[in-house]
Amino acid sequence: MLKLNINGQNRSLDVEPDTPLLWALRDELHLTGTKYGCGIAACGACTVLLNGAPARACVTPVSAVVGQRITTIEGLATTKTESKTAKAVQAAWEKLDVVQCGYCQSGQIMSAVALLATNPKPTDADIDAAMAGNICRCATYHRIRAAIHDASRTLT
Amino acid sequence: MRIENASRRDFFKASAGLTLALYLPSALAAKRPAAVAPPLAPNAFVRIGTDDRVTVIAKHLEMGQGTYTGLSTLVAEELDAAWSQIHVEAAPADASRYNNLFFGPTQATGGSTSMANSFLQMRQAGATARAMLVSAAAELWQVKPATITIRQGIVMHAPSGRQARFGELVEAAAKLPVPTDIKLKEPKDFVFIGKHVPRKDSQAKINGSAIYTQDIHLPGMLTAVVAHPPRFGAKVKSFDATRAKAIKGVVDVIQIPTGVAVLGTNFWSAKKGRDALEVSWDETDAFRLSTSDITQQYKALLDQPGVTAKKVGAGETALKAATQQLTADYSLPYLAHATMEPMNCVIRLSDTHCEVWNGEQAQSTDQPKIAAALGLQPEQVTINMLYAGGSFGRRSNTQSDYPLEAAYIAKAIRKVGQPAVVKLVWTREDDMRAGYYRPKFMHRITAGLDTEGKLVAWQQRIVGQSILVGTALEGFIKDGIDMTSVEGAANLPYATANLDVELHTPVLGVPVLWWRSVGSTHAAFAIESFVDELAHAVKQDPITFRRQLLKEHPRHLGVIDLAMRASGWDKPLAPGKADEKRGRGFAVHESFNSYVANVAEVTVKPDGSFKIDRVVCAVDCGIAVNPDVVRAQMEGGIGFGLSAALHSEITLNEGRVEQSNFGDYPALRINEMPHIEVHIVPSAAPPTGVGEPGTPVVAPAVANALFSATGQRLRQLPFKLNAVEKST
Repeated sequence: MLKLNINGQNRSLDVEPDTPLLWALRDELHLTGTKYGCGIAACGACTVLLNGAPARACVTPVSAVVGQRITTIEGLATTKTESKTAKAVQAAWEKLDVVQCGYCQSGQIMSAVALLATNPKPTDADIDAAMAGNICRCATYHRIRAAIHDASRTLT
Repeated sequence: MRIENASRRDFFKASAGLTLALYLPSALAAKRPAAVAPPLAPNAFVRIGTDDRVTVIAKHLEMGQGTYTGLSTLVAEELDAAWSQIHVEAAPADASRYNNLFFGPTQATGGSTSMANSFLQMRQAGATARAMLVSAAAELWQVKPATITIRQGIVMHAPSGRQARFGELVEAAAKLPVPTDIKLKEPKDFVFIGKHVPRKDSQAKINGSAIYTQDIHLPGMLTAVVAHPPRFGAKVKSFDATRAKAIKGVVDVIQIPTGVAVLGTNFWSAKKGRDALEVSWDETDAFRLSTSDITQQYKALLDQPGVTAKKVGAGETALKAATQQLTADYSLPYLAHATMEPMNCVIRLSDTHCEVWNGEQAQSTDQPKIAAALGLQPEQVTINMLYAGGSFGRRSNTQSDYPLEAAYIAKAIRKVGQPAVVKLVWTREDDMRAGYYRPKFMHRITAGLDTEGKLVAWQQRIVGQSILVGTALEGFIKDGIDMTSVEGAANLPYATANLDVELHTPVLGVPVLWWRSVGSTHAAFAIESFVDELAHAVKQDPITFRRQLLKEHPRHLGVIDLAMRASGWDKPLAPGKADEKRGRGFAVHESFNSYVANVAEVTVKPDGSFKIDRVVCAVDCGIAVNPDVVRAQMEGGIGFGLSAALHSEITLNEGRVEQSNFGDYPALRINEMPHIEVHIVPSAAPPTGVGEPGTPVVAPAVANALFSATGQRLRQLPFKLNAVEKST
């Protein structure tokens, strides 16, 4: 049994230690907001926060995250440390109707929250650098940029 | 102008015709769950509950294009509902009620038709419900219906000050006859159409609660990962499952028609099992050509006359008489759709019933095919249409490839009296190598110009695989012409007395499919690049040159003028830094009856690296029902087109697909996304589609901008720009 701290709760999991965190979240805990897109940390759809920093759950074995604070999209708005930024980001995403197919958006939002947590007033270049790991095939990038700026204004 | 669209509609009609003999829609209708309260349900699209909740039943797949919002807007408009009380539910597979009106008896989403075919249908659905609520209130209050108004979901009788919520009237309204004589609103009275409403799918997609096929978990469900052959057309010779079965969590390993499926209690065990599986393949009939072989074949075909797709006038004579003659070849690769959600499908199969969960784009194709594979009748197959994590055409496959694969697996593992529940998951690598690509295409265009720079002849020879050959839609190839191969060219809008369009349709073992904007994906690049070449050859401004050839096409002119004005085309482009070159390019194209013009601005560095700074887009899609969704589709269509322009290419090495994931098949990323401005032409014309038409225009606009900046003419996608000399 592995014990993980997910969205502020301690969860016990009976999985093989090499199981990527992504599949533990999805298949065992049914936290399906974190998406599978590539399995090689190339698309960012599986982005979660590990102690507040963005991480690709598809290449992170569960055994490596025992004792760390894991935040997924489901817990983002209620977790003490991230909730203020998360609410601003999600409100901006909704205000600007960023989503299209939506499949990558959990990952986009996790990356955006992590960016604003360390850089509350990012420039376009800062946004591009921080968000370049998250692919959106619907190409909602234009609105992602605008939404991050909008959230930044709310927060600062 | 409408040929290609009319044809596509006919394809779907025919596709459905093949299946309808087996179709028993009434049986499906009977399976609908009974509502808890007796709500008002005057038609197949609207239900109103005693809780005031208005449920819009969406017959179209929401794959990002905004159709749940669009369909809701139409109902809300005529019902005078409050936007917040509208909820969307996916329609079941039942073509008798949920057919695409442009595709005949076929239930499917595609061809940018959702809004266009639903525009009156969904408004009528809302207006019918409204009339019944008004009648119920009139009876209750003993007043004339004409004195009753509805605003934001509140039914009111102003003279007496009485009012009621929908929920208070639905039981009485439900007892009334459904009116057939319904008057729709005048456009001047619209409160939702043409205004801003928030997307209906935003919240769920922002908080992680939106459910895609990949997210379905059912009791007793196994996950299947399949070993597919390394080359198209290869088959399983034999396999050794010993090592796979030794993986913890692997439950079964079975051969199916498309490969060998490893079933596990979860994805990771099934994936590890598949990695450990040893399969020997029979490659006797496998496709073994490389991209270079195919290119060589296509180049040879460009030198030979093809089948006539369009012939007007006497092109050869006109060319000989022309003052100037230009020829250019354009080349575009195979492309994968690479949706963010790789293909997957969930099936629960019992002795008498199959239930499917899928981002379902083509119910009338998939339902009978799945049924046939399982030895069931179509009505024994129900389909739950879920959100799709992108499609771009991929999920509307005449071969039903991945749903059928899921069905094969369920059939193989099912035991009598015990349902088989399986989730088929394709990894990104499986998805990218499974074929059904946008076909590789080459175009050769030759044109003649007279002394005044007028276009006297246009000859276009096109080489590429047909999307229809070998499918149920093959009958729509008329006189050797698949209209999807020549659309955009056979209906060339540019005025010329002599037009020749020829087609070669090589048959190759690479599966191909429609890809966001279909024929226009390649035609627009070739045509709009070449028109730019012609304008430069006669030393005319590329827009001025186009305008005089498009005098008979007011809607082309409309988007041209709007894009020109909005981009500041009449003012010189601001210079870049000392060592940078800047350029501006233009392109315009009609697809799916929508008209789109792009002005692209680029900055090129001495090493040939470049940035697309800005794209100004003008679109005429008739009435813009949801202007913000229209803008979003243009932004996204441009981004999708830029992926193809800058990066995407599926190549084959002796038949093996060389790409596997986003590392070797890169997609556009945020740092490459230009600033985009979208401008919508005001229109009173019926709405057309916006899902596809935003894509084809940007690649030629950028190629033309790069030419303007560097003098390098890029005739091949993806772009490869050479280093440029330093500015002086």
